[in-house]
Amino acid sequence: MKPVERRLMRELPVLRRHVGRSAGLAFLAAVLVVVQVTLLAGVLADAFAGHPVAFAAPAALGGVVALRALLGWARDVLAQRAAADTKHALRGRLTDRLGPAAPSTPAARRHGETATLLTRGLDALDPYVTGALPTMAAAGVVPLTVVVWLFVTDWSSALIVVVTLPLIPVFGALVGMHTARRTARQWRLLARLGGHFLDVVAGLPTLRAFGREDYQARRVGEMADAHRRATMRTLRVAFLSSFVLETVATLSVALVAVPVGLRLLGGSLDLRTALVVLFLTPEAYLPLRAMGAAFHESSEGVTVAEQVFTILDEGEGEGGAGGAGERPASPDVRTVPVSLHDVCVTYPGRAVPALDGVSLQVQPGEHIALVGPSGAGKSTLLALLLGFVEPSAGRVTVGGTDLAGLDADDWRARLAWVPQRPHLFAASVADNIRLGRPDASDAEVRQAARDAYADHFVEALPQGYDTLLGEHGAGLSAGQRQRLALARAFLKDAPVLLLDEPTAHLDPESEAAVTRATVRLMRGRTAIVVAHRTSLLPYADRVVTVRGGRLETVADPRPATVGSERTQAAADGRPQTRANSSLRAPRLLPPEGALTS
Amino acid sequence: MTSLYSAAARRTDSRPAVVPPVRPSGGSWPTVRLVRHLLPYWRRLLTAGLAAAGSELAAAALMATASWLITRAAQQPPLASVSLAIVAVRALALGRGALRYGDRLLGHDGVLRAVAGFRTRVYEALVPLAPAGTPAFRSGDLLTRLVDDVDAAQDLLLRILLPTAAAAAVCVAATATASMLLPEAGLVLGVLLFVAVLLVPTTVLAVARRTGRAQAALRAELAAHVVDLSEGAADLAAYGAQGRAAARARLAAARIARLERRRALTTSLASAVLMLFQGAALVAVVWSALGSHADGELPAVHLTVLAVLSLVAFEALAPLPAAAFRLAEVRARAGRLADLFDTPAPVVEPAAAVALVVDGPVGVHIRDLTVRHRTCDAPALDGLSLHLPAGQRTVLLGASGSGKSTLISALMRFVDYEGGSIEVAGRELRDCAGHEVRRVITGMTQDAHVFHATIRANLLLARPDAGDTELRDAARRARILEWIESLPDGFDTCLGPDGTEPSGGQRTRLLLARALLADPPVLVLDEPTEGLDPDAAADVLADILDATRNRTTLLVTHEREGLTGADQVVTIERGRVRAGAAGEGRAAGAPVDR
Repeated sequence: MKPVERRLMRELPVLRRHVGRSAGLAFLAAVLVVVQVTLLAGVLADAFAGHPVAFAAPAALGGVVALRALLGWARDVLAQRAAADTKHALRGRLTDRLGPAAPSTPAARRHGETATLLTRGLDALDPYVTGALPTMAAAGVVPLTVVVWLFVTDWSSALIVVVTLPLIPVFGALVGMHTARRTARQWRLLARLGGHFLDVVAGLPTLRAFGREDYQARRVGEMADAHRRATMRTLRVAFLSSFVLETVATLSVALVAVPVGLRLLGGSLDLRTALVVLFLTPEAYLPLRAMGAAFHESSEGVTVAEQVFTILDEGEGEGGAGGAGERPASPDVRTVPVSLHDVCVTYPGRAVPALDGVSLQVQPGEHIALVGPSGAGKSTLLALLLGFVEPSAGRVTVGGTDLAGLDADDWRARLAWVPQRPHLFAASVADNIRLGRPDASDAEVRQAARDAYADHFVEALPQGYDTLLGEHGAGLSAGQRQRLALARAFLKDAPVLLLDEPTAHLDPESEAAVTRATVRLMRGRTAIVVAHRTSLLPYADRVVTVRGGRLETVADPRPATVGSERTQAAADGRPQTRANSSLRAPRLLPPEGALTS
Repeated sequence: MTSLYSAAARRTDSRPAVVPPVRPSGGSWPTVRLVRHLLPYWRRLLTAGLAAAGSELAAAALMATASWLITRAAQQPPLASVSLAIVAVRALALGRGALRYGDRLLGHDGVLRAVAGFRTRVYEALVPLAPAGTPAFRSGDLLTRLVDDVDAAQDLLLRILLPTAAAAAVCVAATATASMLLPEAGLVLGVLLFVAVLLVPTTVLAVARRTGRAQAALRAELAAHVVDLSEGAADLAAYGAQGRAAARARLAAARIARLERRRALTTSLASAVLMLFQGAALVAVVWSALGSHADGELPAVHLTVLAVLSLVAFEALAPLPAAAFRLAEVRARAGRLADLFDTPAPVVEPAAAVALVVDGPVGVHIRDLTVRHRTCDAPALDGLSLHLPAGQRTVLLGASGSGKSTLISALMRFVDYEGGSIEVAGRELRDCAGHEVRRVITGMTQDAHVFHATIRANLLLARPDAGDTELRDAARRARILEWIESLPDGFDTCLGPDGTEPSGGQRTRLLLARALLADPPVLVLDEPTEGLDPDAAADVLADILDATRNRTTLLVTHEREGLTGADQVVTIERGRVRAGAAGEGRAAGAPVDR
């Protein structure tokens, strides 16, 4: 048993029970086989001796077979249920690992793998749980039971079985050791050749664009042929073990049958005993032979189990997204500043820090634009404020309290985040807008959509606010998705906005609408906007350049008094009229009426 | 060799339909159609089938012969009368392992050959469909599934047909032997085998179909929740909704587990039913043999052999339930493949193509072009007229969904047009062969692919005869030469998951270098800056315009920075060129209104 299998047993009680039950059922089945064989041998020997045979004997035989069928059914049902329970348990534990992670960290890359495991991947455990485990349990019980009965029946035949039986695992291990390294090397080549077809098919539009599709048609055949040859090289070795097992098992039948026949010839053995020995001998080898095939089929399941544990172990230290409930609630961000003090962020496995000694103070009600080339650390800065990443040095404080000491959920309740590519969930439009406030009324949802300039296109959808959004919100343009995300933020009505280039990659019309909605959302709220080269830039009080993980210029074009006025207005909770800012950048926006078309 | 299906479908295809509605489930008998695709390899497959049958027959014969030997020996005849049986038992015992080994090797070899050929057929069926003819090219998941479906052929042969053939051989041999020994026993055995062979797979298929649908629905639900949880993890956390989403996923997982537990009751029945049949056959055969034996018509030796035959015949059926479950799955995959073979090509090649010869700079005249993706849809291009002047760079701006990419597809003859005309060098594109059109009009498509191969191979794709100088020149003009040369293996660096993964910008520049290397008379570039951040996008666009000076170029983008080098900027809106914008010429300084 590999370490990962032992761990499965340790951590999943359902598997331990399953193995125990399988062994018990296998023992019962072996006993029934012994009974069946004895009955059949009895009937045949009686008939041979010329005794009349009553129908009761064959009928009993039929009854035993029916019992075996029932037992086999119970074994399969229990095995499949154990598999269902195992997958369910692992799915539950994996679900916990799907927390937020900063982009391009190992944890984020793990998400795809976790998602695959959760849906299809875990099914690879089925052959392991329903095949390999019961076979292993049977291999521990059945040969012993059969051999004991053989000893009772005819010790000399039993001796032959006892001597040859261990040859199967011994030869299996020897052949396995010899072939393991060779096959491991081959598998990598196989994976590569096997991937060629997908690569070529994915590139077919490109091949056609350059008139290379016919040439590649030949290559597809050639590569498939190379794949076949490599596979056959692997299989010639891999099948050797099954060859050895098969030969030992069948040869043992001959080794038992021929001496038994000769002893019958000499009259030193009766037919009944001989038939019992003949029928029972293959049963002793059966589970051991089945083990080879079961292992072959379950190797994928073991690999999957390894992946599962890797993910579970990796997430162990992260402590989940929710944070401990004991932590204090955060101070009111409408009155206190949010500050970064000399913050560094280094992602695991990266030499260069994503943020390197960043200090920044954000006053309540202030609008800060973050600019800088991609990869400079702008998104990391937002992730930091969201609590998705923790500073490796320095502190993030809210009104002087360290963010790390605050309750993460309570802190995030004060934030509204609009990412560059918001995720739309497989739910209705209304429920997507309700994300932050599941109990919001329909009227509130509609108002939020209106505020985000999303009401018109939503109402034009087939079922309006009840339209189900498919995977990735299919059917909506990037601008429409962005406006739904803004509606989310409007509905949440949080005092602090974190916006990650909400207008990037939009066509001019969408950009104008999203800009107008964003500007409306920013009123009266603190906003930190990644706004590089977008139409939002003119609405910032301060423009901060991020380059190479450092803040380069912190320019505040406004007089200091304006800031404090805004602060006061925010503290009063009254909406601000940003007359000055709308003066500063109105030329980019079409008139209000033009957006509703 | 072109598939029968696609050829037939193409004949009946009418011009306007680009993607017809796909019939569900791949018509009737998709599995049979899959088998027909594999028929050209029947010689190898027959050999594999015979080997599989031989190895199973050897196992059955070993038990039958051994039981004959023992019963005969009990009559204490002279040794000579059983010596042949002794030799046979030893030979069968020794040979069985070797036969099994050979059977598995022959089986895999034959099947893999057939699958290799089938892959080529699928590829050939896909060629005319790329990229507009099937949704597979628009979704990585669908494409992966398609490639996975092709392996259904392997499952069908190796796990269904070969085991079934071997089981059938044993059944026939056992029934024939039993009939020779005692006709009524043979009849009973044959009938029971036949009923079991029919009943068990049919039941399994019915159960699989019934529960399969429920399971697929639950799985889709779980998958949707998992996508939400993984891809929307940050959104969920930011809005405090993670707990609710996780609870929904757990609920879906619990429902799957409940269904699987319930399903176990029926799916486990098949093997049990098979064993009940085995018991019935054993009892019936033994009872009728006992009767004949009592009447003195059947020698005692045959009695044992008949009992053993009824046992081994049913043991040969043991792989059938698993094969039937596999068949249910193969059916679905074969259905999708059959749909693929049935999909008509989106572009009808002209029966007699006129040659398209281009000499020197050439312009493109597009007049009143109308393209529909589906007959029922609104037109994607609705009377678009545009002139691409020879040797000039035209930039096409437009919102997503405005028809920009459709225009490129129409120019490259990936989609057909139902109205209007595209004229190049005095020829109507529709009258020319598609591959000739793409020799003249090509470049960087939106779904341009970086192959899992070396940088050199990826670039040479566009022009296999290009020399080192041309290669370096194209890379230099795409401003990627420096990066390539900074790699330890330079142009021989392998790209892809186990090689070097280029960044978004590097990838774009590689694709641009490839398009420049192709050096077509009309260069088209579809959204070359998709997925780049605005700074990088502006740089790449400026570089592209710089590199395509004096070349007829159509550059489609939605970025408005870095376009100062364009000769002509046109905006497309709802499938038409925005009124008054066509041919407005070069707007010096600020060509685009921002």
